[in-house]
Amino acid sequence: MIKVQTNDFNINEEISHITSKNKNIGGISTFTGIVREGSNNSLKSMTLEHYAGMTEKMLNKIDLEAKKRWNLIETKIIHRYGKLFPGDQIVLVITASEHRKDAIESCEFLIDWLKTKAPFWKLEDSVNGSKWVEERQSDIEASSKWTT
Amino acid sequence: MNIKYFSWVKDQIGTETETISISKDIKTVNDLILHLKTLSEKHKNALSDISIIRCAVNMEVVNFDKDINEQDEIAIFPPMTGG
Repeated sequence: MIKVQTNDFNINEEISHITSKNKNIGGISTFTGIVREGSNNSLKSMTLEHYAGMTEKMLNKIDLEAKKRWNLIETKIIHRYGKLFPGDQIVLVITASEHRKDAIESCEFLIDWLKTKAPFWKLEDSVNGSKWVEERQSDIEASSKWTT
Repeated sequence: MNIKYFSWVKDQIGTETETISISKDIKTVNDLILHLKTLSEKHKNALSDISIIRCAVNMEVVNFDKDINEQDEIAIFPPMTGG
């Protein structure tokens, strides 16, 4: 299941929601992305822009791909947009499976792919002014390692 | 044809969306980008480095040789930085 929202999320509530529905879950992996303050505490805020419609389409596609590749009982992706501040949560990925390997690997896959395939762009507002975040080579490499 | 812009492409062109009429000569994304660059200095500057421009047709990222038509929803933006 995917969600694109401005509101914050509560990881424990999300996990409880998943485990309460299925007693065959043996392991859960989670990844939470958080806004960093940056060097010299320079970041004031970060505004996430997204392409409404395509975002949901791509997140669903990535989610479906994870379910094809791993044996998963449940997944959840929550991605926020709008203005966020240092320390704020940006994204949550939860994967639940019977055995740990499926949950751990698919969680890494989901965050790696959504970083380069989900249409979000980050505008950083720092003491030095506003700047759009550029694509990182390490993110491209992390994403491409899952390409079959 | 309806075109959406995002991130700094939007900032540089100065609009989130625009509707343009295209001639029959514009068959692919590449043709469209070349055409857009003739519209204004802002378009020309925003789209000058194609290596950092991505295009989605009907919400799917495509290569620049992708065929397009008047009804397609086109979006032009820099590489995505989600997560």
